[in-house]
Amino acid sequence: MQEELFTSGRNIPNIDPSLQIWHWPISVYLFLGGLAAGLLFFAALITVLKKDKEYPAAVKFASIVSPIALTLGLLALFYDLTHKLYFWRLYTTIRIESPMSWGAWVLLIITPISFLWVFSYYTELFPKWKLKFNFLNTFEKFLQENRMNMAIALIPLSIILGIYTGILLSAFNARPLWNNAILGPLFLTSGLSTGAATIILLAKNAKERHLFSKIDLALIVIELGLIIHMLMGMYAGSEVQLEAMQLLVGGEFTLMFFGFVIILGLIVPAILELTELIGYKVPVAVPAILILIGGLVFRFVMVEAGQITRYLY
Amino acid sequence: MVIDTLKCVGCSDCVVACQTENNVPIGYCRDWITETVNGAYPSIELELKSERCNHCDNAPCVRCCPTGASHQLDNGIVLVTADECIGCGACIESCPYDARYQHPDGYVDKCTFCHHRLEKGQLPACVSVCPTKCMYFGDLDDPNSEVSQLLKNRKHKTLAPEAGTKPQVYYLI
Amino acid sequence: MTTSRRKFIKISALGLGGVAATTSALNMFGANSYLDELVKQNVTKKFKRTPTYCEVCFWKCAAWTYTDEEGNIQKIIGNENDPHCYGRLCPRGTGGVGMYNDEDRLKTPLIRTTINGEETFREASWEEALDLIASKFSNIKEKYGPEAIALLKHGSPGKHLEHLFKAFGSDTIAEPAYAQCRGAREAGFALTYGSWVGSPEPTDIRDTKCLVLIGSHIGENMHNSQVQEMSDAIDNGATIITVDPRFSTAASKSKHWLAIKPATDIALMLAWMNVIIEEGLYDKEYVEKYTTGFNQLKDHVSTFTPEWAYGITTIKPEEIRKTARAMASASPSVIIHPGRHVSWYGDDTQRARSVAILNALLGSWGRRGGFYFKESIKVPKYPSPKYPHPKWDWKNIGEKYPVAQMGITSEVIKCSIPSEDNKYPVKAWMVAGTNITKSIPEKELLEKAMDELEFMVVMDTMPMDVTGYADVVLPECTYLERYDDIRSATNREPSIAVRVPAVKPKYDSKPGWWVAKQIGERLGLGDYFNYDDYEEVIEWQLQQMGTSLDEMNKIGVKNFSRTSGPLYLNENDAYHFPTASGKIELYSQELKNLGFDPLPNYIKHPEPPQGFYRLNYGRAPMHTFSRTANNPNLNDLKSENNLWVNPKVARILGLKTGQEVWLKNQDEITSNFPIKVRVTERVRWDSVYMVHGFGHTNKKLSRAFGKGINDTQLISKVAIDPIMGGTGMRGNFVSILTENPHKNTEL
Repeated sequence: MQEELFTSGRNIPNIDPSLQIWHWPISVYLFLGGLAAGLLFFAALITVLKKDKEYPAAVKFASIVSPIALTLGLLALFYDLTHKLYFWRLYTTIRIESPMSWGAWVLLIITPISFLWVFSYYTELFPKWKLKFNFLNTFEKFLQENRMNMAIALIPLSIILGIYTGILLSAFNARPLWNNAILGPLFLTSGLSTGAATIILLAKNAKERHLFSKIDLALIVIELGLIIHMLMGMYAGSEVQLEAMQLLVGGEFTLMFFGFVIILGLIVPAILELTELIGYKVPVAVPAILILIGGLVFRFVMVEAGQITRYLY
Repeated sequence: MVIDTLKCVGCSDCVVACQTENNVPIGYCRDWITETVNGAYPSIELELKSERCNHCDNAPCVRCCPTGASHQLDNGIVLVTADECIGCGACIESCPYDARYQHPDGYVDKCTFCHHRLEKGQLPACVSVCPTKCMYFGDLDDPNSEVSQLLKNRKHKTLAPEAGTKPQVYYLI
Repeated sequence: MTTSRRKFIKISALGLGGVAATTSALNMFGANSYLDELVKQNVTKKFKRTPTYCEVCFWKCAAWTYTDEEGNIQKIIGNENDPHCYGRLCPRGTGGVGMYNDEDRLKTPLIRTTINGEETFREASWEEALDLIASKFSNIKEKYGPEAIALLKHGSPGKHLEHLFKAFGSDTIAEPAYAQCRGAREAGFALTYGSWVGSPEPTDIRDTKCLVLIGSHIGENMHNSQVQEMSDAIDNGATIITVDPRFSTAASKSKHWLAIKPATDIALMLAWMNVIIEEGLYDKEYVEKYTTGFNQLKDHVSTFTPEWAYGITTIKPEEIRKTARAMASASPSVIIHPGRHVSWYGDDTQRARSVAILNALLGSWGRRGGFYFKESIKVPKYPSPKYPHPKWDWKNIGEKYPVAQMGITSEVIKCSIPSEDNKYPVKAWMVAGTNITKSIPEKELLEKAMDELEFMVVMDTMPMDVTGYADVVLPECTYLERYDDIRSATNREPSIAVRVPAVKPKYDSKPGWWVAKQIGERLGLGDYFNYDDYEEVIEWQLQQMGTSLDEMNKIGVKNFSRTSGPLYLNENDAYHFPTASGKIELYSQELKNLGFDPLPNYIKHPEPPQGFYRLNYGRAPMHTFSRTANNPNLNDLKSENNLWVNPKVARILGLKTGQEVWLKNQDEITSNFPIKVRVTERVRWDSVYMVHGFGHTNKKLSRAFGKGINDTQLISKVAIDPIMGGTGMRGNFVSILTENPHKNTEL
């Protein structure tokens, strides 16, 4: 038999017996970041395509969620830091090889823009609460005039926001579950899908709902494709990757992964949306919420499972 | 660094010496001993290794650090500037050797090859205390150094070379 | 049930609020953030270094203690010029800072008292404690004579108390290190070569070509210079042969590992002798010139063939021949290592004789690569009056064992139990520097003896289990905080080392010399302690030797040249061995005269019955027996022992690594605590193995309490060596219990 053990009593908190450095704050942030990326992307895209009048939820109502999501996400991230007082160091340098650095900077830019975006719709969204100061009114007008510019800026920014969460994980070559290039596009697709789901939830007219249901369906199919691709890639990979895949497919995370993420989070909503498109009446909220839950659980599973996979011991 | 596994007895002196030299808090360690046993009684093989940060040439921890707190000196030593570390934990996630840990004071800490001793012309604490003298430290770029000669003459290996990190701690086997 | 006076005090609530340990939480980490800042900013701090020699184990490596400007001990580094460590301390020595920092240390003297019908300790002042001790000692001296007070000791604190006891008129002194540890090999080698092996062992490992270890686990025991020299030997390509039923670390570095059946080593060695003599591989000139009794030996071993040994030891005859030839081809640079803790089966002196005889056949004693002639320098004794002559002493107590050359602890313990034919009644004990509840087997006997005592004093640095039985507990400060005798140990060259306190004693602890002097003065023996501070004694002694405390403070270790003759035998000169015949006695007339076998014989020892496994124990390089279990730095490395179980056994009993089990031995004694299993191929299927020194029952040891099993508790059967009284401890068998046997009973 083979034995591998620590002779010197090593038992570092959060590192042994398996890595537990990143917990729920990171999973929550990844979810909220993806969500905000999806929402902002659609809001910006619709605006650029000059269809903003037809799809008010996408550009107006759903976009309220973005700044809230981003703020909560940032708070979660900040909470996770162990050397909090030094967080400002993130903004003293930009390091191209570090996806986390891109993320920090992108967040720095995109969060204010998302606030400004919502603010530009202030009078439409909150007609009852008049602005007190005049300069705020002029500011709002200014923003409305520049909305197109904001939208053009938002498209690449939101894509970066959506994809960097995946690239962040895939850049860790020490964690075999994460170390594949599919994770970036996968997270982006998942983010867009959750964004679309939120828009469906908040949509007021049927036309918008249908459009986004169709978009969402397409995204789910792409996402399923990418997940299958990822699993196949790991199955054909090195021993550590095989072990990583075992965690998801035959191990402790199978129920969460297949149950919540794939079936409840992707396949069931897809079927429901399909049935709705064919013509049957389906409560709209159900597939949307399922997608959101699926997205959140997906990130939890990836973060937790990924830290268990390793090269040594 | 070159470590001769044929001489190491796994006494863990390197662990305690590092602790007292670098004020590593109790419950944490910058280096540790692993034991690998193979075979069946009475045909058994035993390998004891003293492991630590490998100060890799292609260090993923330096690459992924968002603030640059994790940096590499010209001589190859990877260090963490505690004042620039935000404690995000990315470097801990990126190390295939689990060599880093979160210091109770918040920043990320790891083996520094005792570079404060190297500056004074001394060897790292672990190397200078090892009772079996199985640890060697020197300049791998200098072909005449003891460490280069050892690698030339003896079979050796590194840990998890497939991770692509190009570790600079070699084990003589 | 009568209340025993020696009831073990388990309650830890002592109201130690009076002398509250001012330990901040940061101290527990052994660091403080101020220092962290400095390390972070790479500021070089100014350190003061003080010479000392380590007391964590008995190797006594000389070291430098580094203290910073605030008086905190930063680290302890070995002295480069010391032949015990060559500048490299072992993990225990490096972790000595933990001994100083341990917040569980004894802080004040404690006196046994009864509160609300419950026996406990109360804090007392030194005055009160010392007065009580002195008065009790005088009392017992009046009633029974000073010989009735025994000293059970080890190490430096023991030396000071030994002086006190001898001045007082008692030579009833013993240390477990003799009868429970190396006594048998000293007796065996003394009978053969006329001199002890001694400590450190004069094994010339660094120049040897073949090192044979019989059960010795160098690498797991951390005999510093031996581990270093073994590493040198490996570099030089020496052959290592290990004879051990367990795959020890040394076995993993050996060319030949003989996985011998336990308790059959003498058979193997007799077979080796047979091969070496029959094939003419012995050192003929050496044997001719320096030994007697060869012909009797040759006759004796003629029937002990490798085939005969195979049946007993399960080692194949080819292996026996191969290894015998390997040893012989390395002769005279070959060492059959005498081992250290050799009290195994009761025939240990004979086994030591076998080792000695083998070495003599291969001509290694007194040869390069074998054993060198050790020498130490004599440290002059500080002037004091002559000691009175006691009516009886340790020799009388051990009179059944005429070959014994030191006090036998187990006999002293027996003499503490009153009985009709007890000629030497011992009525009181002072215990210093040894945790007898872990070092002495047969707990029942020990507890009975302690119960019968009129008075018991324990001096220790930590609240070890033995302190729970005392009437008075004295807190000694650690070696880093006190002066002690000059170390002068035997080596290739004589050397001395000094111990200078690096910091002031913590809490209310005091050095051993001060305790001895204080008790001595109260007993009217002030003349024997003619100094105020032990520093004066050291300075005087150093002056006599041609140096001074000033010089020693700078160098720590001073080496001297040999005066007793060359390191090895000179081919051309005759050599007179200090035996009766002047030669190496292969055949021991002395043993024959005493009625023992003059040449070693193999005796079959009991084997474990069905469902039981032989309890084997050993050392770990990061701990010194039970002394360091609570040391924060060393506890961090190993906080408990594991039970090594062979996979075959694990399969039968359904055990998994990490599972907790209890042990019950052949005398129905069950372990207090559970132990975690380690399923490993490294141990034989008929035995289990654990590291000695865990399973502490004193709750005041916050880190060590309840962790692991105390193997001594399960050693209830001892095999007494009839030649020198040693207690063989490896004949105990345990069964493994997977369910907690204490679930329904009060512990």
